[in-house]
Amino acid sequence: MSRFQSFFRSFAAGAAALSLVSLAGPAEAHRMWLHPSATVLSGEDPWLIVDGAIANELFYFEYYALPLEGLAITAPDGTSAEPQNLNHGHYRSSFEVQLVQDGTYKVAVAQDAAFAKYMQDGETKYWRGMAGEIGSAIPAGAEEAEVTHLERRFEVFATVGAPTETVFTPTGKGLEMVPVTHPNDLFAGEEATFKLLLDGAPAAGLDVEIVKGGSRYRDAAGGETVTADSEGLFSFTWPEAGMYWLGAETVDENTGIPGAQKRNASYSATLEVLPQ
Amino acid sequence: MRKLVPAGLTASLLGAPAALAGEMEINVEIPRLDVAEYHRPYVALWIETPDHKAAANLDVWYDLALPDKEGTEWLKDMRQWWRRTGRSLDMPVDGISSATKAPGTHQLTFSADAAPLADLPPGEYRLVIEAAREVGGRELLRLPFQWPPEDAAEETAKGEHELGAVRLTLKP
Repeated sequence: MSRFQSFFRSFAAGAAALSLVSLAGPAEAHRMWLHPSATVLSGEDPWLIVDGAIANELFYFEYYALPLEGLAITAPDGTSAEPQNLNHGHYRSSFEVQLVQDGTYKVAVAQDAAFAKYMQDGETKYWRGMAGEIGSAIPAGAEEAEVTHLERRFEVFATVGAPTETVFTPTGKGLEMVPVTHPNDLFAGEEATFKLLLDGAPAAGLDVEIVKGGSRYRDAAGGETVTADSEGLFSFTWPEAGMYWLGAETVDENTGIPGAQKRNASYSATLEVLPQ
Repeated sequence: MRKLVPAGLTASLLGAPAALAGEMEINVEIPRLDVAEYHRPYVALWIETPDHKAAANLDVWYDLALPDKEGTEWLKDMRQWWRRTGRSLDMPVDGISSATKAPGTHQLTFSADAAPLADLPPGEYRLVIEAAREVGGRELLRLPFQWPPEDAAEETAKGEHELGAVRLTLKP
């Protein structure tokens, strides 16, 4: 069993005892995000430090560490980079990557999970695990089984030297963001454009929420909503420099896993906007 | 006859040339700062078009003597230079890389006969100077000019914290 799987299993085992807020539908789900130490880097083989958390306030560690199941770091040449010094703490996960290539890296946590609720012997039971295991999750004799497929993706991008675009290729599964403006070329006062896809097709009409970090130090919630157009494109002008959370989610019935009634797809990216 | 004048050398080292070639002279003041921990700033000087495209690099002052190119780690802090041109370069680049400079006024001279000015198409430009200092701030100044200059011209600017007085002098 991989280290990631053992992290995830211990999380799943404790799920029944946890507050189930994070496992409920999108309206009650906490924000989930990765947070990079930097996004524009120079020098020889610089290090990138990434934190992961489930927390509504940006970018504070105050609810739960992000499980790192499904972590994939793609280097500019398309190969996988290995994370080092992984940690899954109380409120924060973290890991480090040495960026040995010039170009743009993508760090992504992609969760392909399922959540089930069923009745057995008059008791309500819950199960959470990887989507591929749903077949063996619900015991025979279970009744009123409700299965939700969770497809979630959280990303950050970092560039050493000149930006490249090789890591922008979408997988075609779940909600994904394909940059039009390079995510490591964002500056205060400038407009950026991105494309949102759902299962590889434009996520037309879907709302995207964009919130600047530092929520603890202001009164306004600070979020703005933009809507993806028929091609999945949306644009946003950054009011000022800082780290921004960008997120979108949707619920539908497009799920390939057996017995699932619905699919919750969500995406977040943490983007750094530099001052001019 | 093409005179080879390495960028960055002042004209006085070669003996005053006959007034054949046009010339650009830049005087940059690095301010003397009264701070507990002082590091010489990284400074980049380059020429851009009005829409911010880099037209020519003039000089970059950074810790190029550090082993394993360690000094390149902080080049990104000159964030406009980095974005417009620096990130596509493999520093150090011959002729446009120098060590950091101490507080005081420093002079650079470029002949219109030599790179990079010899290859600069006629038009409107800005001289851009960006400084970033460790445990310090960052400042950027732009001085507009026309190339080639029809008449002698001078532009000045003054920074507020990381750069002092800057003077751009053009001789046709």
